[in-house]
Amino acid sequence: MTATVEPRSAQRSAPQPMFTDAEAGAKEFPDSAARNFNYFTPQKRKQSHYEDVTVEVQPDPRHYLSQGWLYGFSDGRGGYPLDWTVLKAWGVDRPEPERFPGSGGKGYDWPAHGWHEFRDPNEEWELTLYRYNANVVRQINQNVDSARETKAFEQWNRNWVTFVERNIGAWMHVEHGLGLYVFANAQRRAPTNMHNNAISVNSMHRIRFAQDLALYNLTLSEEIADFDGAAHIETWNSDPAWQGVRRVAEQLTVIDDWAEAVFAVNVVFEPLVGELFRSHLVQHASPGNGDYVTPTLVGAGEHDYAERDLRYTKAMFSLLTNDKEFADHNTAILDQWLSTWTTRCITAARELQPLWSQPDAKPPRFEDGLDRAKNRFSAILAELNLQTPKELTQ
Amino acid sequence: MSRQSVAKAHEKIQELAWEPLYHTPVSQYGTDYTFQKAKKKDPLKQVLRSYFPMQEEKDHRVYGASDGAIRGNMFRQVQERWLEWQKLFLSIIPLPEISAARAMPLLFNTVPNPELHNGQAIQMIDEVRHSTIQQNLKRLYMNNYIDPAGFNNSLRNFQNDYCGTIGRQFAEGFITGDAITAASIYLTIVAETAFTNTLFVAMPAEAAANGDYLLPTVFHSVQSDESRHISNGYATLLMALSDEGNHQLLERDLRYAWWNNHRVVDAAIGTFIEYGTKDRRKDRESYSEMWRRWIYDDYYRSYLVPLEKYGLVIPHDLIEESWNQIWNKGYVHEVAQFFATGWLANYWRIDPMTDKDFEWFEYKYPGWYDKYGAWWENYARLSVANGHNPIALEDVDYVYPARCWTCMVPCLIREDMVMAEVNGQMRTYCHEACRWTDTVAFRPTYQGRETPNMGQLIGKREWETLYHGWNWADVVSDMGYVRDDGKTLVAQPHLDLDPKKMWTLDHLRRCPPLLSPNVLLNEMTPDQQKAYHADYVRQGPAGRPAPASA
Repeated sequence: MTATVEPRSAQRSAPQPMFTDAEAGAKEFPDSAARNFNYFTPQKRKQSHYEDVTVEVQPDPRHYLSQGWLYGFSDGRGGYPLDWTVLKAWGVDRPEPERFPGSGGKGYDWPAHGWHEFRDPNEEWELTLYRYNANVVRQINQNVDSARETKAFEQWNRNWVTFVERNIGAWMHVEHGLGLYVFANAQRRAPTNMHNNAISVNSMHRIRFAQDLALYNLTLSEEIADFDGAAHIETWNSDPAWQGVRRVAEQLTVIDDWAEAVFAVNVVFEPLVGELFRSHLVQHASPGNGDYVTPTLVGAGEHDYAERDLRYTKAMFSLLTNDKEFADHNTAILDQWLSTWTTRCITAARELQPLWSQPDAKPPRFEDGLDRAKNRFSAILAELNLQTPKELTQ
Repeated sequence: MSRQSVAKAHEKIQELAWEPLYHTPVSQYGTDYTFQKAKKKDPLKQVLRSYFPMQEEKDHRVYGASDGAIRGNMFRQVQERWLEWQKLFLSIIPLPEISAARAMPLLFNTVPNPELHNGQAIQMIDEVRHSTIQQNLKRLYMNNYIDPAGFNNSLRNFQNDYCGTIGRQFAEGFITGDAITAASIYLTIVAETAFTNTLFVAMPAEAAANGDYLLPTVFHSVQSDESRHISNGYATLLMALSDEGNHQLLERDLRYAWWNNHRVVDAAIGTFIEYGTKDRRKDRESYSEMWRRWIYDDYYRSYLVPLEKYGLVIPHDLIEESWNQIWNKGYVHEVAQFFATGWLANYWRIDPMTDKDFEWFEYKYPGWYDKYGAWWENYARLSVANGHNPIALEDVDYVYPARCWTCMVPCLIREDMVMAEVNGQMRTYCHEACRWTDTVAFRPTYQGRETPNMGQLIGKREWETLYHGWNWADVVSDMGYVRDDGKTLVAQPHLDLDPKKMWTLDHLRRCPPLLSPNVLLNEMTPDQQKAYHADYVRQGPAGRPAPASA
């Protein structure tokens, strides 16, 4: 074997590795074993990974933020004003610590007020949210691909095709509008990072679900002869059965109070309208009409809400209805919101009733579905220590 | 679905948008800009179906590298000089990231283009990603690096420290004030498009040279999202430019945003890259060289200048002045010197410079040693407690500077310091551009035009004032920068972790009190203030007192 000797090239310039022994435990000195974030009290005995990456990223002038907010709106208010909701958590009526020459920088002891006690039970941060949503879209893609390969859409009768192109199509607008203009909007406005991150994840669930439905609609346009991929627009714009839902969806997007927006959607609208449509109509009607694909998409949206978004919402509002200082104040306001939004949502739900008679294979009766939706709604309220509003009997 | 082209899928999701029929949304955030409805395209065509798996795959790479770093004992090769500055950087950066998420809704009702809202929503969740992935990196450093102090109380420190506060305006500028000024011009057009190059590309390269390959892993993953955000900003900017009535505001906002980003980002990242490194190869780029490449050439000349033909008035003078500050006036060196002067009020350790460092600085910045060499020699001499005070309180030819009321970096280029009386307070500014930002730009009228939505600069903007008259030991205790023995400071002016060589509260107790330059200035008569200013602008470089008058 002959080796070819290459001329040695000019020495490359590269940083030299050095042994520094800068790893944990190499020496003992004050703080050498202090390996926990020490500026907050964990909810449980030990700090969770979620808490470590979430808590206290958004500052608060009432505890550590000694120089106050630095940039304000034109009215001079900066940061995250606590009165962007009328709900209150204990401690918020204490004034912000005053700062002046020689005042020092100490605020109230952490957490200073009850808003900081909220923890998302889903423990969402970037790793969890991408893992979850990537799994959902992968599963949906596989389901739809497999349905296409097995010609599953050929089993659909004409009425069901029309039902899907119009009504499943219309629902995507609800998800998109609420995801973008209720939840993405609300994540600017709550007083802690834990609230705002949970709300932003909720926003992405809805926007993803809206897109899942839109792309499903595109697939159906490609797979089913005469499937009208634009029928959902006309339905959403002018079908009388959908105008009640649209009206209330628009009302939800113009709420100023961030907590009211989250509460109205996740506590009132979702059980009374969202689950009514998705669970008690689509999921029940699909199998009888030869459709096993649509329930897998809609089921993903159901799971987003029922297993994750509702879960954090209950934790968020339970703290407020059990607040050691403002439980009564909060309960009175939530009762008002319940009264207002229950009326609107029940009206919207009832306007959907004609949809129940559209498929060939009929789902359980509308009134049965609505009763179950009402029971579900009452059960959620019970968990929050709230009374079922009289408006539910409409 | 998976077989559909991205373009077709993206076109389909545009059908999701709808105009309200029954209730008109009222924006919770105001702007003085006006927009016509226009179908500006989202150039990146991101669909969540592909977005989530893509981000998950990026996560796999990041977390795989994190595991590898720990298993491969990366921290046996990490330079402490470098990791110590990460205590500052990683305390700051998660807030600007999450603030960028919070900024997106400011644009929903002010920019009437649903296609862009889709991109903004994706940016929102990208920023949640960035904030939490960076917090996670900090957590990993805390758990595996030799000295967890400063990481372990990071977010308390950041919120009450004078350096953290400088960085915090980078975040708060995104989320308040005029919606377009904040969330579009300041955030996407300047901070993201220009300065993330040095933040997330140049700085990680320096981390790698110092044995830390996790910072590049995380931050390059972050930077790969930034191109989407830059596109969001560009599309909004083009919409704004199409209405001539906005040109005056764009000129104002670009001037403010450019100058503030320069003041804040160059101060911090310049210091990390120049003074936080042990890599003194002469052919490695200095911060100035990086700045010239990433910001001057790539941003200014390639991105900004071509927009001139659309009517954008570009602050050529301020861009050239920024370069002048960095190259001729030693802005980064002055900042690093100040951070080291104030080491005792920090929460990280600052390594003294050595002969090898001096040689590199002199090679990259001819004349550096004459200006800064003696001071850094004094810093090394005074680094271990030995009966003397911290350098800030010793006579080393350094005048503790006044703080700039606008950018909150002190007025370090002494000749540029200007003053103005605002709301009954005499304020000091590091440069005329910062005075203009406070007294002209952030006002309800601008050049005779009503600007009722413009924000305000608020807060207690001179850190020293809060502690005026306090003993230094009480200052540090009040801020919580004390280790778990109850007396050793988190901050140290050296890297030696031998407890006998570490500074404690006892050392600070015997120091003279902290005095706020601004409080002292406001106690002066007008003539004294004039004399103070005349003396100040004759000081420097390197904080030297003004020469005695002839």
